[in-house]
Amino acid sequence: MSKKIKKVIILGSGALKIGQAGEFDYSGSQAIKALKEEKIKVVLVNPNIATIQTSEHLADKIYFLPVNYHFVSEVIKKEKPQGIMLAFGGQTALNCGLELARNGVLKKYRVNVLGTPIQTIEDTEDRALFIKKLNQISIKTAKSKAVNNTNAALKFAQKLGYPVMMRAAFALGGKHSGIAKNAKELDEMCNQAFAEVPQVLVEECLLKWKEIEYEVVRDRFDNCITVCNMENFDPMGIHTGESIVVAPSQTLTNHEYHKLRKISIDVIRHLGIVGECNIQYAFDPKSEDYRVIEVNARLSRSSALASKATGYPLAFIAAKLGLGYGLTEIKNSITKATTACFEPALDYLVVKIPRWDLKKFQGAYRVLGSEMKSVGEVMAIGRKFEEALQKAIRMLDIGMYGVVQNNLKFANGVIDEMENPTEQRVFAVAEGIKKGIPISKIYNKTGIDKWFLYKLQNITEIEKKLYKNDLTKDLLLEAKQAGFSDRQIAKIKKVETPEIRQLRKVNKVLPVVKQIDTLAAEYPAKTNYLYMTYNGTEHDLKPSKNSIVTLGSGVYRIGSSVEFDWCAVNATLAANKLGYKTIMINYNPETVSTDYDICDRLYFEEISFERVLDIYEFEKPKGVNVSVGGQIANNLAMELHGAKVKILGTSPLDIDRAENRHKFSALLDKLKVDQPAWKELTSIEEAIKFAEKVNYPVLVRPSYVLSGAAMNIAPNEKSLVTCLKQATLVSPEHPVVISKFIQGAREIEIDGVAQKGELKIYAISEHVENAGIHSGDATMVLPPQKTYLETVRRCKKITRQIISALNITGPFNIQFLAINNEIKVIECNLRASRSFPFVSKVTKYNFIELATKAMLGIDIHGSYNTVDLDYMGVKVPQFSYSRIKGADPVLYVEMGSTGEVAAFGDDLQETLLKAMLGTGFRYPKENVLISLGGEDNKADFLEASNKLKNMGFNIYATVNTSKFLEENGIENKLVYKIKDKIAPNGLDLIKEGKVDFVINIPDGLNREVVSNGYMLRRQAIDYNIPLITNLRLAKLFVDSIFKKELKDLKIKSWDEYN
Amino acid sequence: MNNQKTKLILEDGTEFEGFGFGTKKSIAGEIVFNTGMVGYPESFTDPSYAGQILVLTYPLIGNYGVPQEIKKNKMFTNFESEKIQIQGLIVSEYSKKHSHWNAKSSLDQWLKRYKIPAIEGIDTRALTMKLRSKGVMLGKIEQADKVIDFYDPNKEILADKVSCKRIINYKAGRTKIVMIDVGVKNNIIRSFQKRNITVIRVPWNYDLTKLKYHGLFISNGPGDPKTCEVTINNIKKSLAKNIPTFGICFGNQLLALAAGGDTYKLKFGHRSQNQPCVEVGTNRCYITSQNHGYAVNAKKLPPGFKEWFVNANDKTNEGIKHIRKPFMSVQFHPEATPGPVDTDYLFDKFVKMIKR
Repeated sequence: MSKKIKKVIILGSGALKIGQAGEFDYSGSQAIKALKEEKIKVVLVNPNIATIQTSEHLADKIYFLPVNYHFVSEVIKKEKPQGIMLAFGGQTALNCGLELARNGVLKKYRVNVLGTPIQTIEDTEDRALFIKKLNQISIKTAKSKAVNNTNAALKFAQKLGYPVMMRAAFALGGKHSGIAKNAKELDEMCNQAFAEVPQVLVEECLLKWKEIEYEVVRDRFDNCITVCNMENFDPMGIHTGESIVVAPSQTLTNHEYHKLRKISIDVIRHLGIVGECNIQYAFDPKSEDYRVIEVNARLSRSSALASKATGYPLAFIAAKLGLGYGLTEIKNSITKATTACFEPALDYLVVKIPRWDLKKFQGAYRVLGSEMKSVGEVMAIGRKFEEALQKAIRMLDIGMYGVVQNNLKFANGVIDEMENPTEQRVFAVAEGIKKGIPISKIYNKTGIDKWFLYKLQNITEIEKKLYKNDLTKDLLLEAKQAGFSDRQIAKIKKVETPEIRQLRKVNKVLPVVKQIDTLAAEYPAKTNYLYMTYNGTEHDLKPSKNSIVTLGSGVYRIGSSVEFDWCAVNATLAANKLGYKTIMINYNPETVSTDYDICDRLYFEEISFERVLDIYEFEKPKGVNVSVGGQIANNLAMELHGAKVKILGTSPLDIDRAENRHKFSALLDKLKVDQPAWKELTSIEEAIKFAEKVNYPVLVRPSYVLSGAAMNIAPNEKSLVTCLKQATLVSPEHPVVISKFIQGAREIEIDGVAQKGELKIYAISEHVENAGIHSGDATMVLPPQKTYLETVRRCKKITRQIISALNITGPFNIQFLAINNEIKVIECNLRASRSFPFVSKVTKYNFIELATKAMLGIDIHGSYNTVDLDYMGVKVPQFSYSRIKGADPVLYVEMGSTGEVAAFGDDLQETLLKAMLGTGFRYPKENVLISLGGEDNKADFLEASNKLKNMGFNIYATVNTSKFLEENGIENKLVYKIKDKIAPNGLDLIKEGKVDFVINIPDGLNREVVSNGYMLRRQAIDYNIPLITNLRLAKLFVDSIFKKELKDLKIKSWDEYN
Repeated sequence: MNNQKTKLILEDGTEFEGFGFGTKKSIAGEIVFNTGMVGYPESFTDPSYAGQILVLTYPLIGNYGVPQEIKKNKMFTNFESEKIQIQGLIVSEYSKKHSHWNAKSSLDQWLKRYKIPAIEGIDTRALTMKLRSKGVMLGKIEQADKVIDFYDPNKEILADKVSCKRIINYKAGRTKIVMIDVGVKNNIIRSFQKRNITVIRVPWNYDLTKLKYHGLFISNGPGDPKTCEVTINNIKKSLAKNIPTFGICFGNQLLALAAGGDTYKLKFGHRSQNQPCVEVGTNRCYITSQNHGYAVNAKKLPPGFKEWFVNANDKTNEGIKHIRKPFMSVQFHPEATPGPVDTDYLFDKFVKMIKR
């Protein structure tokens, strides 16, 4: 390795968004660890405050700044690192690195690119170059042409014949890619793509070919290995990030497997990659013909999956190779005896399934295709495909029992679902098999290999047997081996779930613990990476002693993602420091908590009552921590408590008193703490009567919600009835509560830790937006800048009352409304909340460590200053609307953001701008389009409109806004309504790139109308024009750009704020 | 499918129970495990497995069925010999339904055709861990109430059982090699044919002095190399003439013995497709396919030989090379099938050696 390298800068991936999620926290964290092992100083740029990689124990310098050309250049100028690593921050880091190289920044400051060279990155990212490179060694790629405009695209497509595939260059997760069936579709797709990228590729359509991937590692000595291959259950046509994926491949013969393996190695050597990359193939299901689809010259979602699937730490190894090590010089970290230069042999298989949240978005187009829409993924391990698949389906946490027993309805029938797949396709296939549709027909409709279909058929046949026969030991074992849960079996046999568990125990039908050791037991391994299976008869190891179990976050979805991983990891590290053996249960391949060096034992398993209890009964730990993994973990508290599991911290009975809105509201009444008027709902008639009494709008919400699933505002009776029907679908076991929806109030949150009913530490934050926006979508400011001291004091007092009443020990979060000097409590969670990493990093007290200590009985009494800070933090949401075609990009009580970033600064304006730029916002240059719904909004925004004018912006305004601005002396250009068909209209202005910032503030709460405003908002998203839809945020943003230019935003690392 | 409860019994008395498939009969042999994830048709027909009951650690076997037996150039395409060579098969799950455009039969049907018994539903990981810690063991599959004795194949000259019975000529170019068949895999022959080399395949004990050839190749094969004294003597005579010589696997061991070195039995052998082998004196490491229970003793190398390849995991010998003379051999399988094809270049090296 090169001795000259003393300091390295690593670029993170920024906020979680669709196509680029938690996997880059995992890869970045591993890279930092690899560098630290070499005593190299690490500078990290990443505004994602909820990540592990931005924790104090990893990098030496952390910059919570946007990962873009301007900010990274400035950091390089200041830090003067000798090396830069671009492979660990997804497409964001790679694109930023290319820009730094092209503009000579790296050369100027003598920064070496460690790992894969820039030229190789260019060769893989530029489609035309890529194809040229592969042609040089006679490797087949799809017939294609890179074009720079729509006309050229149409011309080539004509030559190829429709359907054709269109892909955008330089885009993450297949954004702007898709199949065009005709010229009209292609025209539309090209127009949108060219708004964001300079080049697209039109290529032959390989629909229904098998889709295969290899993860390849190469060192500078030209040693090259494939660590893992993967096969998509869903063939070509559905993006690999949207597909069910299995590793290793299941339907490839030796010749096929090794043919593709050899091509992988040949290609990667020819390209000259150093480190890790991923290569994707389309593979003909009827011959050995193939096409290389793409190479990602960086760590990716697939490489994170491959790492977890095999136990091979790809990111760690890639970082070492980037420093110049050879593969044979690095040890296999699982066996600690063998070399890293080998290819793992699996004696199990894994199934990955994406998780979608499309139903959350009004108007979202749900059919899956070649663009990513999923927000998370799960991985299940088993020794049968059926076992892993059914586990994985339950892990999605979407209320499914497994492949069967879900009572799903398919609006247009199962065949339609097969041909136009949505997130429910796998269930439709199973349903089709049950209905007797021949496997060959299903194959023709879906292209899913028959091998997978036979396995689904096996599940339906076991279901049939369960219906028909008595539950003998053999049948019970057969069902469990095929991944049926106790609950699933109980449902079929119409008995209570505990009876099945009892029956299993009597018959000794029990799961065994197996290790993942990378070598299929060939060498002794000290591995602590574990899973459970019914396809085995012996445990690989003995229970640990003096252990603590931590439940992880489970699948990432809107409302629960990397922030809970940060919590779970920190809880584990804290327990470890206190001398406990730590056991982590989690199944999310994108996380750091599923890195086996975080804990003493990792169970890559379902976070379900059944499985947690299985592990509990085997390991006999001192307790289970359910309060750091978010809602999945928290929801298990009562049931586990009922099974005599020792739950750490706050009593599950008290957790229930906070989670059950009925009980919680009653408690507040008893404490004489104010809250919005509410009522438990028993019938629709009663609900209507109540709503009339308190006046619409009302808020409808079921118990046990996270991210506002099925939470809705009803502005009128019709809407109320619709909401109620939705709510009961989501949570049939829990009551539904409706409450008065209060408009115009401020929202305040307190995150804290209590011990034995006493408040020990807290952080108070305010939202920029008024209440009514889900707190996960709100812009959060810490410490508060606009909240009165009196309000803070009263919130604190109420917090103490609640803590005492619920006898809390551990983390909690309480949300308040403040309006007209009144304070109302709207929510209370007796667990770590989404904002724990944010408040911990801003205040510099690790709230999770304190909470863990409190729960384990260590006195955490102390004086913690969390209010009087000389700097501030602002957290802003990251939306992924551009990925969710058709969705209305407007803030609501339902959470819509997929991630968040935060920034530090000296005042509100500076901090807000840094944070917003971190989510991809840009300073507007010349032209702003303003469209304000309602008189109040227009008046309220007048001052901001004036500021925009004074800054010299050309203002375009829609009809009523234009008139209002005119009357108030603000010169502007009128924009006609779309239906008037008079130029200029907003859609054209956006499409033609004539505006570079859109402010559209909708009026009122009605979501159902497809309005002019909706079309404007959607157009802004589709053409990547910055958009603000919230009045308060718009005002603050305008004020901020009025006061601060880009050069005023300071380049300061985290430790410089103190 | 016979789908009846069937037992696997190890010589230490351990029993595993599963369900039978393939042919219903009792069989005994040496139990070995292989960690490869693909390539069962190739593995099962590898003559090096003669006398062995094979445990596959990958849990799903049979997924893509078995291709048709078609002869081309006096060899089955898609297979490594004329028949299934393993004694019996142990898997976690047999995939009862297969799917592949190239499949002609199911694994079950194919096993039945060659009268091979198999068991599924075994905790193959637990079994493998046992074999790893205690070493390879004798074992038996018992079904149909037929009790049988244990059988140790290593006491026999297995090469005699699997070798061709008379000379077979595979005509190609002018360059001729003699191939001592102690259990050769078809793909080795194909590898030479691809390079336009004529192969004269001779039985394991054939007297080479009567033949004229440019190079000598010693094949892979089953059992203990020391049982093949005749072969070792024949090789000695050939080496004395300085004829370029290349050995693979068993051939590596026979070359070592013929040149004055020694071999020994490994605790549980190497049977997999992911064995890393470092070329001594370089940073280059190759991923190789392997199937052997015996190894060349690196501490007692034959005079004039040096270590050529070493296993990066356990440092055992993976190949030897004469310092001056054109003799070389490797413990792994450059012909692959099954496994990675990274070391295919060794055939080119041998061809060059002959033509020099």
